[in-house]
Amino acid sequence: MQNGHFSKEFLQKIAATEPQWMREKRLEAYKVYESLPMPHTTEDDVWRRTVDMRTQDYWRRTRRYLRGLEVEKYHPSLPTNGGSPSETVGAGLPSPYAETAGVLVQVDGQRQHASDSEELKKKGVYFADLHTALQEQPELLRDYFMNKAVTLETGLKSGNIAQHNKFDALHGAFWQGGYLLHVPKGVSVEMPLRVYTRMSEADQADLSHTLIIAEEGSQVVVLEENASTTPDASGLHNGAVEIFAGQNANVTYVQVQRWNRYVWNFASHRAMVARDAHLCWVSATFGGRLNKLNQAAVLEGAGCTAQMLGLAFTDARQHLDVSTAQEHVSPHTSSDLLYRTVLKDRAQTAWGGNIYVYPEANYTDAYQKNDNLLLSERAHADTLPGLEIQAHEVRCTHGATAGKIDADQVFYLMSRGVSYAQAEKLIVDGFFEPVMERIPLESVREELSTSIARKLE
Amino acid sequence: MSKDLVINDLHISVQGKPIIKGLNLSVKQGEIHALMGPNGSGKSTLANGLMGHPLYEIDSGEVIFSGVDVLELEANERAKLGLFLAFQYPTAIPGVTLANFLRLAVSAVRAKEGNGSDNDGLIPMREFRGELREKMRQLGVDDSFARRYLNDGFSGGEKKRAEILQLAMLEPKIAILDETDSGLDIDAVRIVGESVSQLIGPELGVLIITHYPRLLDYIRPQFVHILLDGNIVESGGWELAQMLEAEGYDPIREKYGIKEEQNGEV
Repeated sequence: MQNGHFSKEFLQKIAATEPQWMREKRLEAYKVYESLPMPHTTEDDVWRRTVDMRTQDYWRRTRRYLRGLEVEKYHPSLPTNGGSPSETVGAGLPSPYAETAGVLVQVDGQRQHASDSEELKKKGVYFADLHTALQEQPELLRDYFMNKAVTLETGLKSGNIAQHNKFDALHGAFWQGGYLLHVPKGVSVEMPLRVYTRMSEADQADLSHTLIIAEEGSQVVVLEENASTTPDASGLHNGAVEIFAGQNANVTYVQVQRWNRYVWNFASHRAMVARDAHLCWVSATFGGRLNKLNQAAVLEGAGCTAQMLGLAFTDARQHLDVSTAQEHVSPHTSSDLLYRTVLKDRAQTAWGGNIYVYPEANYTDAYQKNDNLLLSERAHADTLPGLEIQAHEVRCTHGATAGKIDADQVFYLMSRGVSYAQAEKLIVDGFFEPVMERIPLESVREELSTSIARKLE
Repeated sequence: MSKDLVINDLHISVQGKPIIKGLNLSVKQGEIHALMGPNGSGKSTLANGLMGHPLYEIDSGEVIFSGVDVLELEANERAKLGLFLAFQYPTAIPGVTLANFLRLAVSAVRAKEGNGSDNDGLIPMREFRGELREKMRQLGVDDSFARRYLNDGFSGGEKKRAEILQLAMLEPKIAILDETDSGLDIDAVRIVGESVSQLIGPELGVLIITHYPRLLDYIRPQFVHILLDGNIVESGGWELAQMLEAEGYDPIREKYGIKEEQNGEV
């Protein structure tokens, strides 16, 4: 593996074997990246609540930049098509990848392992790392890659995405790793596809890119897990997720993030949902030093639905800042968002959610709820639900809560013999239950329960 | 070892205000006591204080149970010794099923006996389910109860029956029933009363804390105490309850020169 830098020279090296249009796209993104200042936590409204708890005093945060972050310290790598899965990576992965239609493993941006089942081949499903896809599926990539969902253009419908583009630009310039999943028209993939993204060496930058294209009438489930292989190797993740649910398609996408507490995590996730399609989107956050996540579902076609489920558990001095958008473009669309966060120790979180209903989007049903449970006095949660409605026939509700663990609940449980730790765990599990019960996959629920239990140890 | 509950000169205050003022009471296994008092006399303060609610400050005195002063113990340690409180207002715990919680609680309480627990220290699921189903049947509780979230959206009667179900499963030595009849209609009082009386035996001592004597029609106490202004002013037998039924609390208040409490239950 060759370590590089966020420089124009290195960019040229990455792009050397790529089609010219991609090279140009990278250079263009680099130009945008260079032209933009680092986000300022006073001047940039969407960064106002983003705070690095390790270097900043919370109460003086508004005076500071993202002080602890030196982007230059982190190394992107030259993509290579690696061979068999390495031993270190194999550890901790379910073996032999039970109950999956296909598996992709990548470490520090390098593809380590890929396997697709007979089922995928037979049905014509394309599932490969993005560098391979660039050679084999150039037309699809040229059409979709950072063109329709996560783009560098400003003036998009959800403003937060537009203002986020210092990091989107960095991603556009230096992306490496990630994958393309293309499910042809009418194809239904029975088993879930699994993607494991790992960071292992210190000071690595992971810029993987997810591109899921589910054509008309198709059905697919993707489970993605991001994690560090060591508890203390610092890193930078700068990712993007683009999901296209075609007409009448049914897409379930789950991303579980378990970076260690020394990883900066910046990501933009955006899904485009076409007519009568259904998207079930689960986003779970456990790791990261500072997380800045933009997540938007665009309900483009009439009659489509999107369910957005968020589950996060932060502790120590972790910071999680999430902006969500539910954009209703067409009539008869519905979206339902539920984000639940538990905070421990000195963790800080900020959630800002917006429902946008455009003038044509009559008969919209949109729901949005963010709840926070604080397990310590020093944890802090900001929550800002919002609505922007331009249509007349609309049903929208939104709400937000933040509260400390209830002393009466703890006493009630303890009075029956369980310890404080057990009572706390019961209350936390109970708090996450409304999210869990909506997750349609038993294996995902089990993995999440394990991660939650680990946070409480 | 004796499993009696012995309260000596107990003083409890809430937010700095003294509520229980030097109370003495002794409840033995196998005995049924009723502690009756008007609103504001300190009934719930006593119940919560005995179980160890952190908001109730113990100023002085001792509570000996199973030979230990339990005032230094956390609520769960008291439960493990065999003390149980059926709450006047059971707290809802959304997302936590009655069965899951109860399996943990029963496992914790029985842990020291070391009987039939698996690697997690939990009672084997099959064994627990069988026992729970049996107890639910005895108490006339529907099977679906076990899968519902603890007290969440329960009616008044359901909450009280869930408390009695937990009492039955945890098999305490001494059970305190705090206003278990409050907020229930006559039918519900009968069901709860009959359920409790099924559990009564030589192994269980009961302290029924109540405003109204109607629950006592189903669970006949051997001892009746009247609590007024933080202290027991009279102790006797069934005749005391009958007297209260007929005359209310006014003659007692008058006798001891205590005004009616204005600020409700504490």
